[in-house]
Amino acid sequence: MCLGIPGEVVEIRPDRPDIATVDVSGVRRAINIGLLDERPPHPGDWVLIHVGFALSLIDEAEARAALDFLTGIGRAYDDELAALRASSID
Amino acid sequence: MTTTRTAAGTRTAADRSESGVLGRVEAARRRRPKLRDTHITSAHGAGGKATATLVDAVFLEELRNPLLEPLEDAAVFSADGTRLALTTDSFVVTPLFFPGGDIGDLAVNGTVNDLAVAGACPLHLACAVILEEGLAVDDLRRIVASMARAATDAGVSIVTGDTKVVQRGRADGCYVTTTGVGLVPADVHLGAARARPGDTVLVTGPIGDHGITVLLARGELDISADVTSDTASLAGLTSRLLTAVGAPADGPGVRAMRDATRGGVATILNEVATAAGVGVIVDEDAVPVRPTVRGACELLGLDPLYVACEGRMVVVVAAEATEAALAALRSHPLGVDAAVIGRIADDPPGMVLLNTAFGGTRIVDLLVGDPLPRIC
Amino acid sequence: MRFVDEYRDAGTARALSARIAGLCEPGRAYAFMEVCGGHTHTIYKHGLEDHLPPAVSLVHGPGCPVCVIPMGRVDDAMHIARQDGVIMTSFGDMMRVPGSHGSFFDANAEGTDIRMVYSPLDSLKIARANPDRRVVFMAIGFETTTPSTALTVRRAAAEGLRNFSVFCNHITIVPALRAILDSPDVRIDGFVGPGHVSTVIGCRPYDFIPRDYGRPLVVSGFEPLDILQSIHQLLRQLRDGRCEVENQYTRVVAAAGNPVALAVIDEVLEPRPDFEWRGLGRIPWSAMRVRERYAAFDAERIFAPPGARVEDPKACQCGEVLTGVIKPWECKVFGTGCTPETPIGACMVSPEGACAAYYNFGRARHRATGPAKELSRS
Repeated sequence: MCLGIPGEVVEIRPDRPDIATVDVSGVRRAINIGLLDERPPHPGDWVLIHVGFALSLIDEAEARAALDFLTGIGRAYDDELAALRASSID
Repeated sequence: MTTTRTAAGTRTAADRSESGVLGRVEAARRRRPKLRDTHITSAHGAGGKATATLVDAVFLEELRNPLLEPLEDAAVFSADGTRLALTTDSFVVTPLFFPGGDIGDLAVNGTVNDLAVAGACPLHLACAVILEEGLAVDDLRRIVASMARAATDAGVSIVTGDTKVVQRGRADGCYVTTTGVGLVPADVHLGAARARPGDTVLVTGPIGDHGITVLLARGELDISADVTSDTASLAGLTSRLLTAVGAPADGPGVRAMRDATRGGVATILNEVATAAGVGVIVDEDAVPVRPTVRGACELLGLDPLYVACEGRMVVVVAAEATEAALAALRSHPLGVDAAVIGRIADDPPGMVLLNTAFGGTRIVDLLVGDPLPRIC
Repeated sequence: MRFVDEYRDAGTARALSARIAGLCEPGRAYAFMEVCGGHTHTIYKHGLEDHLPPAVSLVHGPGCPVCVIPMGRVDDAMHIARQDGVIMTSFGDMMRVPGSHGSFFDANAEGTDIRMVYSPLDSLKIARANPDRRVVFMAIGFETTTPSTALTVRRAAAEGLRNFSVFCNHITIVPALRAILDSPDVRIDGFVGPGHVSTVIGCRPYDFIPRDYGRPLVVSGFEPLDILQSIHQLLRQLRDGRCEVENQYTRVVAAAGNPVALAVIDEVLEPRPDFEWRGLGRIPWSAMRVRERYAAFDAERIFAPPGARVEDPKACQCGEVLTGVIKPWECKVFGTGCTPETPIGACMVSPEGACAAYYNFGRARHRATGPAKELSRS
């Protein structure tokens, strides 16, 4: 229902504090950041972009924690598989 | 409030009826589509299902003949013992000038490429322009100079032409139609219908550059990216490939080449699947896409597989000729990033399947019309 | 791409998939609804169902704003677009949606000027550049998109841009979920909740689902691993006998949502007493309209479109598909009378509608074709 893409803030427009230039994989667009007034983003922050607006700041610490959990599951699974393979060789 | 049922028991019953429904759907898809539209819409020009239906219901219906019937990029026929390829193509593009090219070189390369992928050595082009009142003569000069350069690069001459002018507002500045003729060697036999199970599918470089470049160059989306059109003549590349592996009537070699323009690589793959009655199995992570093109596609909700190229082709080659074909393509500047993206299978006939990078499978169908930017 | 690629890893998916299978009780089937069309799109685009055991099936919900726009509203939009000097702007998604006399594309073929925009703000640019024309933005979408429209209206008012208005079709997710949960034969064990709606409204508005209907909901991100993880969390809740709203999408969604966005919505728009949803019928208080204070920017007040109700086609079973009662392929007209080229019902209209997604991407699953063998990579 709502295509939201993460992008990195590269610049806040000095003449327009509600406009930021955002980079998505080398593609740039001016994005309205008026919806992030509570905690305006700085260059280097990542935001979620939807229809030309930043909807929310991406919380990098949360992202890391969640990803660690996921990769942990992946690693555990690989170890199990490896153990299975090892035992079947015996 | 949860329903319990034996998963296994209900599944088989469901699956049987589901496959029954899907069988009926496939049968319906194989029937000739009916043209239901009363007026032309932009979808009819997008190269997808709507275009195919229009061509079939109006043009093929009235003009049917054995040379037209395969709907290849060029018609190949013999005249006086010489095999010739003939093709024509119209070019309408907004804006007329874009990073990496303009309507001029696009018009030359597009027609040269339709000859090249038919296995022809391009000879001569004809060029007809429709100009809109108000077009700056300097712009026209730029366009024609760029045509001249592209023709020189492709080793062809523009030997005849025509000029018409229409009232202001009746054309987008300038429309160009180019027609080309080329010589086809006696031992070259190509066609999408020649693809057979076991063959390999290649693309000659990153996909979608041209479509994204033009989309962004219109300026309506306010998106900037360092991406340029891939418009180029493929004649050198196809001749190098055919020299290396050939395209014999029987025996291993190149089976088919198609340049991926409107509708992108996905459309070409579907044409191959339909023409040969085979399945095309593609590995998503093997398909080369530039990061910027991918970024623009993610942002706009587009699928790069459907985005136009102007200097890329899809090649179907016999499995045993794959390595040689890849080496030949990569030895040419336009093919350095050539990659194997999939293979031809006997099942599912007439369909393109994508093995996703995520480990799943999905269909890659023809689009109805142009891929549209999505917000959803 | 950061925050994208890491959530598309096939190895992690296989590991999660094994855990998901391990959480399923033998002999029990699970049906989870992904509410949001964006999730539906992700599921099909990445072939996510190939990672699910047969006991787990996904039901595609009504969260595709394009799909649920009733024909009458499309007709009204065309009525507005046909008025003198009007330029209508629309997201690409709406361009092919059929009204009772064709789509926006068809209308353009007959002479209207309907242009695609990426952002509602682009409509303001068009209005500034064409002071002698009236620019109307076709506003669609759930709460994710609503603040953008509201902020655009506020901006137009601040600039005194008198030739801009919006045709507001914004809808809200909670009443639709209630309508589904209240339907008599609903068969859903839990919900994959719409993460991007929650960026705006937060997680609390879903509390009624576990409380009143006894179903868990996990607010989910949009990458395929996000969705797999949310399914994993739903199964864990069921196994542990819990029934809660959980947030899987913590990197983007704050529990309280986005107060700035909620405030701007409230300033510019107000709930409508009643709105029709394609496939679901009328749902009270399920959509937004422009407040009196911004009446000058309300296309409905300016152009007074006829507002005729157009019945959903009789043959169409979208309502049952949207509530999970039947699967897309169980609909009488699926794939034969109703296809992406000639959609009859809501679910076939947009690529993220349940039927279109299944038709375009999913038909392969049941052809007993396993994933293709690894190609020799050179």
